[in-house]
Amino acid sequence: MFSYGVLRLLGLSLTLFAASIVVFVVLEVLPGDPAQVMLGISAQEDTLAALREQLGLNAPVLTRYVDWVLGMLQGDFGISYTYNVPVSELIAERAAVSLPLAAIALILSTAIAFPIGIMAARFRGKALDTGIMGLTQVGIALPNFWFAILLVYVFAITLRLLPSGGFPGWDQGVLNGLEALILPAIALALPQAAILARVMRSALIDVMSEDYIRTARAKGLSARVTLWRHGVRNALIPVLTILGLQFSFLVAGTVIIENVFYLPGLGRLIFQAITQRDLITVKSGVMVLVALVVLITFIVDLAYAAVDPRLRRGR
Amino acid sequence: MAVFSAKNLSVSINGTPILKNVSFSLAKGEILGLVGESGSGKSMSALAAMQLLPDGATQDGSIRYKKHEIVGASERTMNEVRGRSISMVFQEPMTALNPTKTIGDQVSEGLLWHFKMTRQRALERTQKVLERVGLPFDNHMLDRYPHQLSGGQRQRVVIAMAIACKPRFLIADEPTTALDVTIQAQILALLKEIVRKDQMSLLLISHDLAVVADMADRVAIMKDGEIVEHGPTGQLFRTLSHPYSQQLVEASSHIPKARTRPLDPDAKPLLAVEGLVRTYPLPKRSVFEKRQYHTAVNTVSLRILPHESVGLVGESGCGKSTLARTVLGLEEPTKGHISFLGKNPFEVSHKEEKALKRGIQAVFQDPYGSFDPRHTIAKTVAEPLHLLRHEISETAKNGKVIAALEAVGLKPQDAHKYPHEFSGGQRQRIAIARALVTEPQLIVADEPVSALDVSIRAQILDLLADLRDRLGVAYLFISHDLSVVQAITDRVIVMNGGRIVEEGSTEQVFRHPKHPYTRMLVAAAPDLNASLKRRHKAEIKARTARQKS
Repeated sequence: MFSYGVLRLLGLSLTLFAASIVVFVVLEVLPGDPAQVMLGISAQEDTLAALREQLGLNAPVLTRYVDWVLGMLQGDFGISYTYNVPVSELIAERAAVSLPLAAIALILSTAIAFPIGIMAARFRGKALDTGIMGLTQVGIALPNFWFAILLVYVFAITLRLLPSGGFPGWDQGVLNGLEALILPAIALALPQAAILARVMRSALIDVMSEDYIRTARAKGLSARVTLWRHGVRNALIPVLTILGLQFSFLVAGTVIIENVFYLPGLGRLIFQAITQRDLITVKSGVMVLVALVVLITFIVDLAYAAVDPRLRRGR
Repeated sequence: MAVFSAKNLSVSINGTPILKNVSFSLAKGEILGLVGESGSGKSMSALAAMQLLPDGATQDGSIRYKKHEIVGASERTMNEVRGRSISMVFQEPMTALNPTKTIGDQVSEGLLWHFKMTRQRALERTQKVLERVGLPFDNHMLDRYPHQLSGGQRQRVVIAMAIACKPRFLIADEPTTALDVTIQAQILALLKEIVRKDQMSLLLISHDLAVVADMADRVAIMKDGEIVEHGPTGQLFRTLSHPYSQQLVEASSHIPKARTRPLDPDAKPLLAVEGLVRTYPLPKRSVFEKRQYHTAVNTVSLRILPHESVGLVGESGCGKSTLARTVLGLEEPTKGHISFLGKNPFEVSHKEEKALKRGIQAVFQDPYGSFDPRHTIAKTVAEPLHLLRHEISETAKNGKVIAALEAVGLKPQDAHKYPHEFSGGQRQRIAIARALVTEPQLIVADEPVSALDVSIRAQILDLLADLRDRLGVAYLFISHDLSVVQAITDRVIVMNGGRIVEEGSTEQVFRHPKHPYTRMLVAAAPDLNASLKRRHKAEIKARTARQKS
């Protein structure tokens, strides 16, 4: 188990390294002068030169790359051009919104998807299954921003139960913070839950046709006990894969929902940084997201091994 | 009184009759053998006995365990009966065990379900049962996972699971089909010993007449959902009356006609392999460990003469398939030298390599798995002609495909059909046609008849013998089944642990095996005539003993 973890970790560090090169190359070496971009086309040549010097753009490419990576390893992500504060502070502040939001959405979607996916598999082909599958189809088809607007209309405007958007900050009390995250989390979770439920159902149906399920029934176990004891755990492997992908998406891919609810999250930070040509924020922000996705992949890999003993050793 | 009986049992699945008026019964301690080919309904009989029929099944008739009627019994009742009174051993020991649960958990599960006992107590009993089925005693066995055991050990675990609650009636559905012959002999002996000692009744389901003749007190032969003939084993085989049973017995020991084209022992060998070694790197256990290698084939040398049929036997993992893949040029040898038609296929020019590849073709075990389901038969059979793509016209290609199909007994119009439209035996004919289409001198056949029923197997063996004489192809015939190798080869090579342990003329090796491993292999292989003779002797002995007393 330990060496499996170490091997995975090594592989993921290499992924991170490769990603850093790609991000760097795309944003810095490709044609286009960041100083020019920042100052606009009408900028004076001497102002441009001064800015280039200030940004360290005159140094050789390799030096700049190494400086950037070494800086990040020490927690120095550079200074945002537009906000004029360290990028690390910006990211930390935004992650405080995005990570809890993603976590709540994930918990919600799992809590919804697992029971209904399992029920659908257990009553495969029956009315319950057809009903659940129909609902999940709707869940997948609905755009989540539309659903978000509907939620705001019902819970914030009509019933006045929850805030319609914005984020007060955690210093205003954890409950107030959570309250602001509930509607966005539901809007994010439902489409994810629909996908996850379908994956759970089909994985479980596959597992339930395995020989060892018949063996369990031959021991005398009832259909229900067999499903829970022998089915669900074996069905978890494909489900975990989707869960990992979904969490990655929930952390960074939520720009639209963040915009609908006016939340200061990571997705919006990077989106704004791109429109404002704040390249250092884009570069470092993307790297942080890559690292996060890599970390999630690592956790999913460990979870695989926890579920399936065959993966615990290389041999 | 019968422990278990089925009377006029009929089962249909979605309206298609699978079992028709099947009746049989087992007395205490009796072994009933149920034989038949695939689709005869023998497995469905077992599932009916457990009431684990697939969805859409309807049943009619009566199944009784002691005094209790099972057909139509409630799910609750059946949950008490299954595993406690009636248990089942399944065919495929790898897939019959849950890969994510330990052996201890899986064997003790039935005990905990049926009896009120603590987990501690259940694990103690599990340990005893595992010892009973001959698993080595060590404290870690309970904590192992199925993938950490060998095939034979896994099947012992499956048996342990079945007998843990001391059922009175055991069903074994092809319990040894997935195992090597020596392991098969051990598992059969174990089953017999358990059943005899504990006075259990055993329903033994098998496609293998020899296994059943050796094990069962009584035999029932099934065809198309009906029992066509049944009776006490010795008597039944002596007085087979139903044409199907006679055909089955003939097919199971079928020997194709002897070769008509004599071999020329002084001819230049078609294939010569010298000191072949093939190793595989093993995955590293830790980052710092030095890489280890597994030697699959260790210094093997062999020769095949033109139109000679050479058998390669050995158990799983002995290196026979790796050797075949290397000979086919699919794997490069780590060391050693291969020469086919006088040339080394790994050193020749691209053009010569194509010519060599045309000269050597392969037939594999599972014909269905080696076909693309979306390709027509014509396209599948024409595939090897890719090697000739700039040299022959489309018409010539079609001509060759038709000729190859006709050579294996199929019709020209079959060329436009798809694989799923054919039966297993026909598919294997298509696979042979695909190998023949380039007019090869050597066909490497890896377990070509192992997945086939005995009557189809007999037909395919006849076809191979016929092609050998008519077209003069040579075979490297790989099989774990000694009787098949004995029927079709001139010479046989026995492999064990990557090395050749014995080789010689087929007759000599089988009649007078020299190497201890070959002797063990020959002794373990089930043989219908030998076991009937043994049974006959035992019967005479018992009769004289009765007369004396």
